Amino acid sequence: MFKHFIGLQWKSFFRSASFKTEIWFKILMALGALYFTLVFLSMGVGAFYLIEKSGLGDPLRVVNRFMIYYLAFDLVFRYMLQKMPVTNIKPMLYLPIKKSQVVNFSLGKTVISFFNIAHAFFFIPFSVILLVEGYPPLQVIGWHLGIMALIYCNNFINIMVNNKDSVFYVLAALFILAGASQYYAWFDITLYTHPIFDYLYNLPWTAIVPWMLVVALYFSAFAYFKKHMFLDGGLAKKQTEARTENLDWLNRFGNLGTFLKNDIKLIKRNKRSRTAVIMGFFFIFYGLLFFTRSIEVYDNPYWKIFAGIFVTGGFLFSFGQYVPSWDSSYYPLMMSQNIKYREYLTSKWYLVIIATIISTILASFYVYFGWEAYAAVLVGAIYNVGINSYLVLWGGAYVKTPIELTSNKKAFGDKQAFNAKTLLLTLPKILLPIVIFAIGQLLIGPVAGYLFVAAFGLLGFVFKERVFKMIENIYKKEKYKTLLAYKQK
Amino acid sequence: MITAHTLSKKYGAQTVLNIDHLEIPKGQSFGLVGNNGAGKTTLFSLLLDLIQPTSGHIINNGVQVDESEAWKPFTSAFIDESFLIGYLTPEEYFYFIGELRGRNKADVDALLEGYSDFFHGEILGQKKYLRDLSKGNQKKVGIVASFIGNPEVVILDEPFANLDPTTQIRLKGIIKDLAAKEEVTVLVSSHDLIHVTEVCERIVVLNKGEIVKDIHTSTETLKELEAFFGG
Repeated sequence: MFKHFIGLQWKSFFRSASFKTEIWFKILMALGALYFTLVFLSMGVGAFYLIEKSGLGDPLRVVNRFMIYYLAFDLVFRYMLQKMPVTNIKPMLYLPIKKSQVVNFSLGKTVISFFNIAHAFFFIPFSVILLVEGYPPLQVIGWHLGIMALIYCNNFINIMVNNKDSVFYVLAALFILAGASQYYAWFDITLYTHPIFDYLYNLPWTAIVPWMLVVALYFSAFAYFKKHMFLDGGLAKKQTEARTENLDWLNRFGNLGTFLKNDIKLIKRNKRSRTAVIMGFFFIFYGLLFFTRSIEVYDNPYWKIFAGIFVTGGFLFSFGQYVPSWDSSYYPLMMSQNIKYREYLTSKWYLVIIATIISTILASFYVYFGWEAYAAVLVGAIYNVGINSYLVLWGGAYVKTPIELTSNKKAFGDKQAFNAKTLLLTLPKILLPIVIFAIGQLLIGPVAGYLFVAAFGLLGFVFKERVFKMIENIYKKEKYKTLLAYKQK
Repeated sequence: MITAHTLSKKYGAQTVLNIDHLEIPKGQSFGLVGNNGAGKTTLFSLLLDLIQPTSGHIINNGVQVDESEAWKPFTSAFIDESFLIGYLTPEEYFYFIGELRGRNKADVDALLEGYSDFFHGEILGQKKYLRDLSKGNQKKVGIVASFIGNPEVVILDEPFANLDPTTQIRLKGIIKDLAAKEEVTVLVSSHDLIHVTEVCERIVVLNKGEIVKDIHTSTETLKELEAFFGG
């Protein structure tokens, strides 16, 4: 029976439209994956020596101390990105397969999910280094197994709290509070939690406890799922009471307003798009890492430009990235309705521009960190508006992953959460301004660098008509392929 | 109004549609019947430029559909759920389509007024998004939305499927009224021979992508069709 399930899974992966891309893209994606693997590996290897050098104490104890935050972040990440194993269950309900088998398979599938495996890249090399450095093997192994179990606990906790936004936000708020109070030295939660992780090392047999917890969580997740495996239960779509909204104030923009109204509703009423916008909002604070001089490596003007792009471009990257895909479920309507491609693209462009301007205004507080920080933000905004807004639209023409807005959750098992393609398309959007800045900086000075980037962005405005013409043609060329790809859900 | 020239669509070696010549005059109510895979939806998708023809082209009111977008203002269609925007309420959807077709709220409201029977109190003011309506009710919304803005060409793919008997009968009346107007060309496909013979003045039978019958509807048409499909 499991053989069948695995066969189905295999087919759904390799037969998905997003997988059938050009070969060079696949190679780039493989290189990207390799890169991230190497980064993680070197982090695992390097972390030990880095902590040792920084004089915080015994690296293992330091890691244990912050482990609670590591696990908390892991949980948050999972909640936002990891998909639930409920999809593809429906057709199984009618078949002569025991429910428990279906549930076992769905849960089992999450065990080999990226969200669990990724941690191995850090913990395995870290543990190996511990052994190399002469830590007692038995204790290291106990610790390693214990942590592994805790990561799997997260996996199953996430499955159970899924869809319970209230629980999630309360927990997230608690951890942010804990982090803040630790930073300001009011209260240090790690004092209470690090002994727990130390136990795993000091008394290796205690690793059994988290493993027992995993087993318990597995069975409760199992019971939870089995109980809810009905069409009107856990498999049902949640219905919310709908309210008709007019948003008449947008009418003054004419045809553009029509689309903007629609996009606002799209963002408000669909979980997937809401998450994207919230993520975009948090990008505003990303700059704090760079402008507060708290991290030495980041304390140079090149990184400031990088931050400027991200601070003002959060929406552009998180939402703009997927531009036609947001409309994927009704793309045939858009293509046959009385809509000109140009108008459609222009409205998306305006949406990105408006969001960038709002982000820039919200990011005004960076003035506090000096003129250079603020200049980087402003210049980043100009570049985003002038150049990156085109680049996302352009890239969007090739993004052929349909987005399922109506699904309750970013249904687990489909590879949209991490789209390496869109990540790769991000590179020219970020690297180019840094290069332009570097040229100005090295030839004349930092002010010239900022001016160069800004000038480049302004140049983008001048060519708006031509660029739009080009993008429009690409969209037209890709139209049929896109329609075909969106048909696959 | 609509002319297809040496139109064909192939997927690999398989020909799914091959029409040498087809002409649909203005104001005609045109019915398309055929078994699954006969090429009905393919033909409609080609008409809406949702897929590319392998050879030939379609001219809609003087506009070649795969070259220019100028056919969009006077053509409307409802093919399947992908013509609905799931996160809108029916009202919002109607207004959205209305705005795209240059109709304000009052115009749309006036039009909807005429379909209150058809909606049977299950569409407007339901506090539901389109994605939460039943398949049949979704279909009603899509069909009525395709009437907004006085289109000259209306394309409906399987409009009767999924509808309850009462609604089917009402829909027949609506399509007949629409077809009675001189300037509106209606294209309907259906698996239901009775409905389609009742509603359309001309019926074309597709089989494996080829036109095998082109009938001007008369009292004998239903028998003729039944004989064809039954035999």
